[in-house]
Amino acid sequence: MLELYGTEIPSRLLLGTARYPSPAMLAESVKRSQTGIVPVSLRRETAGGRNGGAFFEMIRELGVRVLPNTAGCHGVSEAVLTAKMAREVFRTNWIKLEVIGNHDTLQPDVFALVEAARILSDEGFEVFPYTTDDLIVAERLLDAGCQVLMPWCAPIGTAAGPLNLSALRSMRAHFPDVPLIVDAGIGRPSHAAIVMELGFDAVLLNTAVAGAGDPAAMAEAFAKAIDAGRQAFGAGMLEPRDMAVPSTPVIGKAVFS
Amino acid sequence: MRLIINGETQIVAATTLSQLLTALEYEGEWLATAVNGELIHREERDDHALADNDRIEILTPMQGG
Repeated sequence: MLELYGTEIPSRLLLGTARYPSPAMLAESVKRSQTGIVPVSLRRETAGGRNGGAFFEMIRELGVRVLPNTAGCHGVSEAVLTAKMAREVFRTNWIKLEVIGNHDTLQPDVFALVEAARILSDEGFEVFPYTTDDLIVAERLLDAGCQVLMPWCAPIGTAAGPLNLSALRSMRAHFPDVPLIVDAGIGRPSHAAIVMELGFDAVLLNTAVAGAGDPAAMAEAFAKAIDAGRQAFGAGMLEPRDMAVPSTPVIGKAVFS
Repeated sequence: MRLIINGETQIVAATTLSQLLTALEYEGEWLATAVNGELIHREERDDHALADNDRIEILTPMQGG
């Protein structure tokens, strides 16, 4: 079973809670995905906190763990303060740490990310860093106290799927014992199956489900793909070959001429 | 007192963070507060005196990915 910071999680799908057509559709998607973890966020609100409170009460009723994020933060101090405010609200040491370095690509600022991860880890947070597939950055994040890594496979919201399989394979090989969660860039269930077949431990996605024609059905489709990919990884897959190999044995075949 | 609350300047009578939240009709326990870039825990709000031009952030849960 997937274990993150000492907590066993029954599902390998982390499902974001944003951009659904309605709260009811969000709830239905969470149920059909069978996810155990949902990312949430914090924002300013003018309605006296009633909208945010109602949203969080609904999430609590779904019986899943929340993973607060620092989405939209562009610097160390902003991300650290947002994380502290998230802990105050959501009462968990878990934090999905995002420090964005570029508006167009939403690429993480990995230098600020490492610094913020160290500060937060020292203050008792259990950091889930949204990072790139760079191995040295990953090592620095582990040095900073992270026990989970969340590399992108493509920029957030692009639905492009895994753009650099070689880098993802290297990451898996270099960190065989670190939980690796592909975060961002997944567009369809086959993308999720591919990264799970590579041996990644879980997938975090949002837009691919929330933006689907039928989000709840897509949530279930992703859950199946992730399970299939994980099972295939454990079962041991054939490596591609250049030459054909007959699947039907030729021994004993009749000779007619 | 002149405060900058979630980015907007307002004139308020409140002198503590708790009084400010009440005056602004914030309800429930699912919110976090910061003053001038520092987190103010919920148990500190009663005693946290506000000063002119303080920058207040009041954040509540919302959807995220």
